Amino acid sequence: MSWIDICAIGDIPLRGARKIKTALGCVAVFRTDVEEVFAATNSCPHKGGPLSEGIVHGQSVTCPLHNWVFDLNTGQAKGEAGAITTFPAQVREGRVWIDSTSLVARSAA
Amino acid sequence: MTKQKLIVIGAGMATGRMLEHLTDAALDAFDITLFNAEPRGNYNRIMLSPVLAGDKTYEEIITHDDAWYAARNITCRFGEAVAGIDRTAKTVTAANGDVLTYDKLVFGTGSTPFMIPLPGHDLEGVIAYRDLEDTEAMMAMGTGKKVVVIGGGLLGLEAAAGMAARGVEVTVVHIMGHLMERQLDEAAGYLLKSSLEAKGITVKLRANSKAILGADGRVRALLLEDGTELPCDLLVMAVGIRPNVALAQGAGLAVGRGIHVDDQMVTSDADVLAVGECVEHDGTLFGLVAPLYDQARVAAQTLLGEAAVFKQKTLSTKLKVTGCDLFSAGDFADGEGREDIVFRDPARGVYKRLVIEGTRLVGAVMYGDTADSTWFFGLIQSGEDISEMRETLIFGPAFQGGASVDPLSAVAALPPEAEICGCNGICKGTIVTAIEGGASDLGAVRSTTKASASCGTCTGLVEQLLQLTLGDEFQKPAAQPICGCCDLTHEDVRRLIKSQELKSQEAVWQELGWKTRNGCHVCRPAVNFYLLADWPLEYQDDPQSRFVNERKHANIQKDGTFSVVPRMWGGITNPTELRAIADAADKYNVPTVKVTGGQRIDLLGVKGEDLPFIWADLNKAGLVSGHAYSKGLRTVKTCVGTDHCRFGTQDSTGLGIKLEQTLWGSWTPHKVKLAVSGCPRNCAEATCKDVGIICVDSGYQVGVAGAAGMDVKETERLVDVPTEADAIDWTVAFIQLYRENAKYLDRPYKWVAKVGLGWVKDKLSDADERARLIAAFELSQTIYRKDPWAEHAKEAERFQPLADLTLEAAE
Repeated sequence: MSWIDICAIGDIPLRGARKIKTALGCVAVFRTDVEEVFAATNSCPHKGGPLSEGIVHGQSVTCPLHNWVFDLNTGQAKGEAGAITTFPAQVREGRVWIDSTSLVARSAA
Repeated sequence: MTKQKLIVIGAGMATGRMLEHLTDAALDAFDITLFNAEPRGNYNRIMLSPVLAGDKTYEEIITHDDAWYAARNITCRFGEAVAGIDRTAKTVTAANGDVLTYDKLVFGTGSTPFMIPLPGHDLEGVIAYRDLEDTEAMMAMGTGKKVVVIGGGLLGLEAAAGMAARGVEVTVVHIMGHLMERQLDEAAGYLLKSSLEAKGITVKLRANSKAILGADGRVRALLLEDGTELPCDLLVMAVGIRPNVALAQGAGLAVGRGIHVDDQMVTSDADVLAVGECVEHDGTLFGLVAPLYDQARVAAQTLLGEAAVFKQKTLSTKLKVTGCDLFSAGDFADGEGREDIVFRDPARGVYKRLVIEGTRLVGAVMYGDTADSTWFFGLIQSGEDISEMRETLIFGPAFQGGASVDPLSAVAALPPEAEICGCNGICKGTIVTAIEGGASDLGAVRSTTKASASCGTCTGLVEQLLQLTLGDEFQKPAAQPICGCCDLTHEDVRRLIKSQELKSQEAVWQELGWKTRNGCHVCRPAVNFYLLADWPLEYQDDPQSRFVNERKHANIQKDGTFSVVPRMWGGITNPTELRAIADAADKYNVPTVKVTGGQRIDLLGVKGEDLPFIWADLNKAGLVSGHAYSKGLRTVKTCVGTDHCRFGTQDSTGLGIKLEQTLWGSWTPHKVKLAVSGCPRNCAEATCKDVGIICVDSGYQVGVAGAAGMDVKETERLVDVPTEADAIDWTVAFIQLYRENAKYLDRPYKWVAKVGLGWVKDKLSDADERARLIAAFELSQTIYRKDPWAEHAKEAERFQPLADLTLEAAE
């Protein structure tokens, strides 16, 4: 794993999200709790809705376009045949870190 | 074997425990000298809080007295600091110049409380909470004295509670959104705050300290960033600790934030060890006592040449404040594949949350009932498979049956004086008395008490009271809860927010028995609206509980771009505004420019990143947000009225502009659209609006509850009034009544159909009630009548990507 320091935890609002640009498209970073983050593809597999704009609740996000609900642990859409790709992310000493190797691995796959 | 010389620097809890282990195992192995800068030996520092609260005396918390040291042949040099260390010569120099040789040296220099370098932090009466002297300073405070504590963590709260128990007026100032944020989640933080407030402690959250004010060299008050002054006789800073590493650094040992040690507690010098709060092990510092004791044991074994390994373990926290039963353990962050189990019992003020990863319990937060905490902590530490008992796990070891949570508990918990029916001012006690007196169904309750006999929105609550009082004799009709997070309807939640004075989302989740950690996309926007509508000053709007359009102040389109609609008051514009709109459309490559049905211009296809900049440009021309995205006032359509039209009877354009200027920015249960037509020919199509006004020669006809969407419905006449001012008053009062009573996402026509136009008319015909509604609306508008675009344009970076990893990711 190769962790990249993305931002301070305070840069993402509690129960909110921000996106980061990668060569493979945008990745959303969700802050589900005071010191809890998840990262996943920003685009909803249904109609491409921007998930970083959705309502974040528990460890899930709801797509703002048609209310598909994704479990951020697995990326699986609840009650739908669809999923988003998740990436390892963590909070350490007030900073948000994301694993860059997983972003590359996705391109190789 | 000759005795080795051991020198220990610092007589604290870690070194104290180490010396116990060492001398228990081999009394004569070492010739021990113990330095301590404080003029006393080891006492149980974590018991200072009970000393402060008066539950214990200092003598009771001394762990090692003179006799103990004498019995163990330890040479005590208390009140003496160490001046320097020469690791090559293996000597320690005392403050008085004595040079002592050592074979093994142990650092137990502990930590220093961190003092925020605010202006005035060196005034007399500004202290930390660390040692007996600090405790004594706090114990000197009594009834009539005021104390401010900066820091809402474990130590700060224990200090606050201890002094409050002595009659001191205590205010806790905390920078974060909830107390003890490192150990607790928001829900438990909310309950803790409520308990502390019940003890008379004032808690100020999200409060930034600016300066400490003094008079004659002594602290007088704390000044906050927002200008608030908190007068105090004593100011306690409890914001964290810093390891004391200066001596170790001077001796050339490897030091990070603390003194680096390996798994055997050995520093970068094989003959020098360190234990306690001064060490850094594997990147971690230590403040709680359990790992310190582990370190002490490992250090003793290492000194004796035995193999031992210090391993960091899951920690648990308990707050030592009487009446605040609180427990947290394990890990809540950074979870792949983690799930929550939440249990709340509002009647008993209980909250429990378990965090499960796969088949293991990894974290627990409990408040109000911590009886099972040891059991849960055991499960966390052992990592045993809990999948068999998962369904009933939260009920603890005694209960493995499977009863569900009682959906009536929120209503059961209400005090008798809680108001159930807002229309008629009927409280719970009156209704229960009526039911016990023979009113056995809804109709009977209505006729005997008038409860739920007016607008009917409290019907759900009255039915729950019937069920609670009569038990199985009453069959409650199935009500539709807001969502799976709770058992209450929208109307129930609205009523309870008012009667229980719930002023935060955490309060709603806890007191009304939410079954999830923090709601979902269905209930969050509704609860957020109810709170801001009922408590405009106390509750702060939460953007993260809003649908994207209201958070971004623009309408999201199917391709993820946004539309931007500037406000045109009453549909009136001018060449300057039109030029600014045209320029903005050019500058930001807006693909589509459309005239809307509400007499506005819509710029469609704007990129999210560009929003703050296009807003700033439009702001410069005097254009503000048109709120074309909000559950709030959208537009007031007008015709040209008496200005130009030969049929016009009144200044319909002028009234439309005044209405729009009064109402703009307000949040409502659903969107609200108005129109004002200058004559009954009705060119502004006012008869299908939420509020539509038709001007006639004799005055103004105010119609409400029209619709022209999925349903089409003509407005119903609310009132005819002679003057423009009356028309505005009635409109504002109607919208405020709708704001206070309607279910989230009910347009006015749906709400009026539920409560009846007669009820609305009765309410608004009462001049006092009308005045109250107008005043309440105006109060709310002091917060919300402002341009969100101007506010957001100042924070343009929030709209940009956090980072651009295009290069890194492509490597």
